[in-house]
Amino acid sequence: METDKNEKNTLPIKHKRSKNGMNNLAGYIFISPWLIGFLLLTLWPILQSFYLSFTDYSLLSDPEWSGLDNYKKIFTRDDDFTASLSVTFIFVLVSLPLKLIFSLLVALMLNQKLKGMNFYRTVIYFPSLIGGSIAVSLLWRNIFGVDGYVNEMLSWFGIQGIGWVSNPDTALGSLVLLNIWQFGSTMVIFLAGLKQIPSELYESASVDGAAKVRKFFHITLPMLSPVMFFNLILGIIGSFQMFTAALIITKGGPMHSTYMYALFLYEKAFKHFQMGYASALAWVLLVIVAIITALNFFVSRYWVFYESDGKGDR
Amino acid sequence: MNQLKNKRKHFVLILFSVFMIYPVFWWLGASLKSIEEMKSPSLWPTEPIWDNYIQGWLFSPSEHTFAHFFSNTLLMELWNVAGGVITAAIVAYGFARLNFKLKGLWFSILLMTMMLPTQVTIVPQYILFNKLDLVNSYVPLILPHFFGGGAFFIFLLVQFIRGIPRDLDEAAKIDGASVYGIFLRIIFPLIKPSLVTVAIFTFIWSWDDFFAQVLYLTSVDKFTVGLALRMYIDQFEIQWGPMLAMAMVSIIPSAIIFFLAQKHFVEGIATTGIKG
Repeated sequence: METDKNEKNTLPIKHKRSKNGMNNLAGYIFISPWLIGFLLLTLWPILQSFYLSFTDYSLLSDPEWSGLDNYKKIFTRDDDFTASLSVTFIFVLVSLPLKLIFSLLVALMLNQKLKGMNFYRTVIYFPSLIGGSIAVSLLWRNIFGVDGYVNEMLSWFGIQGIGWVSNPDTALGSLVLLNIWQFGSTMVIFLAGLKQIPSELYESASVDGAAKVRKFFHITLPMLSPVMFFNLILGIIGSFQMFTAALIITKGGPMHSTYMYALFLYEKAFKHFQMGYASALAWVLLVIVAIITALNFFVSRYWVFYESDGKGDR
Repeated sequence: MNQLKNKRKHFVLILFSVFMIYPVFWWLGASLKSIEEMKSPSLWPTEPIWDNYIQGWLFSPSEHTFAHFFSNTLLMELWNVAGGVITAAIVAYGFARLNFKLKGLWFSILLMTMMLPTQVTIVPQYILFNKLDLVNSYVPLILPHFFGGGAFFIFLLVQFIRGIPRDLDEAAKIDGASVYGIFLRIIFPLIKPSLVTVAIFTFIWSWDDFFAQVLYLTSVDKFTVGLALRMYIDQFEIQWGPMLAMAMVSIIPSAIIFFLAQKHFVEGIATTGIKG
């Protein structure tokens, strides 16, 4: 907010005239590292994978045109596709809301003015720092294993534990837990959002005698909705790419119960070397993510609250 | 009354912190346990087996020790961080300060690439690097960092540069500085704090970027720490003690950086996040 203001104030009055217009060459020189990278490693690959998705290609020989065969197979005869897509959807639908709620609660807890808050923040954030690493996936495999300490703890209460990661009913659950344990970045974004809510809003509400719960639902949540939206979008995209944990902890098993889409695509491409088929899978993923994101943007009009133009808040 | 309330808050926070960090402490203890004791939920082993760390480090069936894997990874990181920091600063300056044709379009594309799942581009990228005979080298892992270091970082720096008053640029321009001079002598020194943020995140994210490492590094000789750890579950019978010990060692670099530079962390996430 602050930065935008500065620019608006200084730009039109003093500088607009003194600039001799455009700076085309210099501009493109400065952005060229990104631009070259974008064309070479993003745009061209996207287009090429579109072409490859209509071919049979194993890396060893040239791609062979096969028309819509890959897509036909994906949508009619590939049980792995249906399995991995539904696993991924369940994973997103279960883990994301839990993660968002949990992150928000933690952010509220850490937003209090209290001595030593920095220390708590550090400790609570730390698991998220390492949560995505292969090291933690290995740890998870251990503690949720048949002989892991989760079961040992349960046995104190007389509960006979099971192999959490080797049981098809619970394997996905253990991945969901790991995903929630990495709530740190989401939480920090909420925390930053909370700090931007002007305290006058709360003060005037207090004068009116509003209760805490009421303040939360009528001030905090609406003011936080853009941040919530941002976290939601990034969370969806992140969940669709969930790979390391699925590969290390469960290898997609047991019985495909954790066969996440990213893992499925990886195996098609780099284990079976069906590059054409994998490209079709990539495009299906792209379309799915695009549709979900677009839908979210559309629906956001009804629940995301933006201040008129950011000027009236101070 | 207020004091009592604060005490209660501290109590809740301490309880929650312990709950969150508990698996890490258990992990530390487990890395010193014998196989028999491994499943015990007690935090600390009756007799710590430091040998787990020695055996883990030596990584005996393989001819390489973890010293080798660490030096591989750190060397790669050195390039990644250097490439990311330098090119992200250059690109961000272009977007934040210069006016050129189609700038708005390119900037929206930049923001859109943040939402692109990596899986969408990975197959053709692999084919490309395979054609160039660069699979099983560090080039596919390092090179992308030299293309602006990633949309997130460019965006972060653009936000930061926009916050710097333009009067500084103007003063330098009156003194006869070119846009390049302004970038090198005014902007670059001023954005150093956010460059630290970029460096930290580049380091940690590429340390954990397992997907690319699995894909492009195929010979043990070139393995990173993460890939070496994976060998514990893929190639030999799982030795939990040494494995957990080395997993613990593998997070030390990230942990050190985190504790030294927390401020940058929170700021980095908050800036990229909140402005999105």
